[in-house]
Amino acid sequence: MLTKKVKNRILFLTYVFFFSIIALFFILKSLNKNILYFSSPTEIKQKEDIPLGKAMRVGGMVKKDSITVNQKNIQFIVTDFENEILISYSGTVPNLFAEEKGVVAEGKLSDKNFFIADRILAKHDENYMPPEIKEIIEKNAK
Amino acid sequence: MLSNIGIGLIISVLILSFLTIYSASLDLETSSQTIKKSIYKLSLFQTTFTILSFLTLIIGFLNSDFSLVNVYENSHTEKPFFYKIAGTWGNHEGSLLLWINILVIFSYLFLVFNHTHAKKFRLYTLIFQNILILGFLFFLLLNSNPFSPIYPTPPEGLGLNPILQDPALAIHPPLLYVGFVGCSIYFSAAMASLLSNYGGKLFAQSIKTWVKISWCFQTLGIIVGSIWAYYELGWGGFWFWDPVENASLLPWFAITALMHSLIVLEKRNTLYPWVIILCLSTFILSVIGTFLVRSGILNSVHTFASDPSRGVYILLFLSLMIFSALTIFFMKHKKENYNFNLKSKETFILANNWFMAFFLVTVLIGILYPIFLDVLTNTKISVGPPFFNIVIIPLVVPFMILMAIGPKFNWIKSQNKISYKIIFSILCAIGINLFIFYFFGEYSLLSNLIFIAAIFLILHSFLDIKKNISKKNRYKLPRIISHLGFGLLVFFIGINHQFSLEEDFNLKVGEIKKTDNYEINFQDIKIKESKNYKAVIGNFKLTNLKKNLVEYLEPEIRIYSNPETLTYEAAIKTKITSDFYLTMSNVSRSDYYNIKFQKKPFMVWIWVSALMITFGGFMQLSLKKNED
Repeated sequence: MLTKKVKNRILFLTYVFFFSIIALFFILKSLNKNILYFSSPTEIKQKEDIPLGKAMRVGGMVKKDSITVNQKNIQFIVTDFENEILISYSGTVPNLFAEEKGVVAEGKLSDKNFFIADRILAKHDENYMPPEIKEIIEKNAK
Repeated sequence: MLSNIGIGLIISVLILSFLTIYSASLDLETSSQTIKKSIYKLSLFQTTFTILSFLTLIIGFLNSDFSLVNVYENSHTEKPFFYKIAGTWGNHEGSLLLWINILVIFSYLFLVFNHTHAKKFRLYTLIFQNILILGFLFFLLLNSNPFSPIYPTPPEGLGLNPILQDPALAIHPPLLYVGFVGCSIYFSAAMASLLSNYGGKLFAQSIKTWVKISWCFQTLGIIVGSIWAYYELGWGGFWFWDPVENASLLPWFAITALMHSLIVLEKRNTLYPWVIILCLSTFILSVIGTFLVRSGILNSVHTFASDPSRGVYILLFLSLMIFSALTIFFMKHKKENYNFNLKSKETFILANNWFMAFFLVTVLIGILYPIFLDVLTNTKISVGPPFFNIVIIPLVVPFMILMAIGPKFNWIKSQNKISYKIIFSILCAIGINLFIFYFFGEYSLLSNLIFIAAIFLILHSFLDIKKNISKKNRYKLPRIISHLGFGLLVFFIGINHQFSLEEDFNLKVGEIKKTDNYEINFQDIKIKESKNYKAVIGNFKLTNLKKNLVEYLEPEIRIYSNPETLTYEAAIKTKITSDFYLTMSNVSRSDYYNIKFQKKPFMVWIWVSALMITFGGFMQLSLKKNED
């Protein structure tokens, strides 16, 4: 026969177990909702089922002479040297944003050729290249 | 020349470490009750030499001695004096030397100040701390030597990244390092305590002060980093849930949990294994954070130049540390029986630990998930801020309520305590929240709960302060102040989040932009020459149309010469009730300037309340008698 103490302990452990499972379930569920996938322009072109209007990241190099600025926003073309995508953004850009430099834009796809960014990421260090972009460039340079 | 001196000093520290370990293990065998004088001397010499090596590096930077690769790569003759010194730890190699300095200094101080504790425990602590020191010394010598010479000596250095030339960022690394590396001493002490069977109350007393010191510095370091990000990165935010920021938060959760459960160990002599686990994991998490930041596997806005070979070494060292810590723990730990009453102080402190553990796991999953997914499926993802907000913020509500009522309970067993104070505070909190809700704007149910809980904690803390001041119970004040600071922090962040204004647009010089309440007039630009940069300064006139108030804001675009870099300096007008924040940037030399205008209510109060949390910690350090 189980003593009262042991019973209490088993009860306590079951509570903890179920609580942790529920907590973990919620963590993972909201994690899945808030993941930002990173894609290159080529991946966007090739993928059939890319969701429009869902937050994501696009990265590549800012194409030379492609930046235009008007009253409302900044537009520029991001290329991975195979495919391109037009990005529109309004706000200030980070200091290392420049033509022929790597960039990561966070925002939503409007269609397969047009991306509306609400955040532009660049790094502190001018020699630094985001790992994703480095990979793309190395792949396409071959 | 300096290179030889530096390397000589480092090698003598290395030899001294070996000697310390050797003579300490010899001394373990002797029957004498006191530690041999020679060990004190060795440790003192070790500390002196380490500090000297750091001073050597500082001299290298001050004299712009470009025969050192490190100075050549990170300094420049025209750099202001202050940043020449700060440049010493503004790079990987120099900061590693600072890291070792802190390891060594803490090792010595722990040896000297804990003379009342058992000899065996102190010697083991010294041995483990020196093993850590050796590990990092080898890393320094083999992979990241700040004293590597360069030949022929270059005439001019490359300069320090301008974005780092900032007072907040000059003091940010030393603060964080004292916080993170300071954890090493109770990592060693925990291992020593397991091996020498020196647990319980006495162990808690021996590490108490060190835990508080590193907690204070960690908190302060994180706040200073956050302030820097606010005015330097130009987004107007102060916390981005960026992987690197998160990495600094991991040890902080662990150490906060440790600080609380340590009280239980000291007063009730229980929870010993859990305290040991927290001691071990705090330093392990600090090293994990360093690994993540330095190896460059994280895609972060804060990533500095990184080198995978560093990552491999740290990872190796880290696995060794975790493996040996776990082995010793499972070999030596003893089972304990817990009989906690639900209505007791220990239960509430445990609740704090549960929350901290939950926050820690959440942030850890957020950091590691992208890395695992990348390795397993080669999919690149990042975890957005909404994840952390959704998972963490709802739990802050019960957390704050427990923070207010938990400390009221007695040890072992208390009566039901629903005092008039709690009822009064809750009613007032609901009232104030309704007032804000109706008069300033509507917000979600969750925000309502957050505000109510925060105001409840604030009011309850104020009542506590009033009571304790009249009773002259000064030793309770530090805890109340820290808890009050946390309540205020959450409250002001909530207000700031709900009532911020943000406008993005592009303007030519001379144009005017009108928003609902404000008119922004881009009057003109002027050029300013400074010692190591040129600046384009925009002149903005900001008019509040409702109140007819005028403000002038002058954001800058700076072009630094060494190395040639562009930075955008935000113009910030800080008022008691809100900050006006304006940044301007320019791409491809177009006529249009990109403007970001923000109004951030109670910004200054976020810093004040965060500093208040730290202040509570420092105050507790200064008081002789602590709360029981």
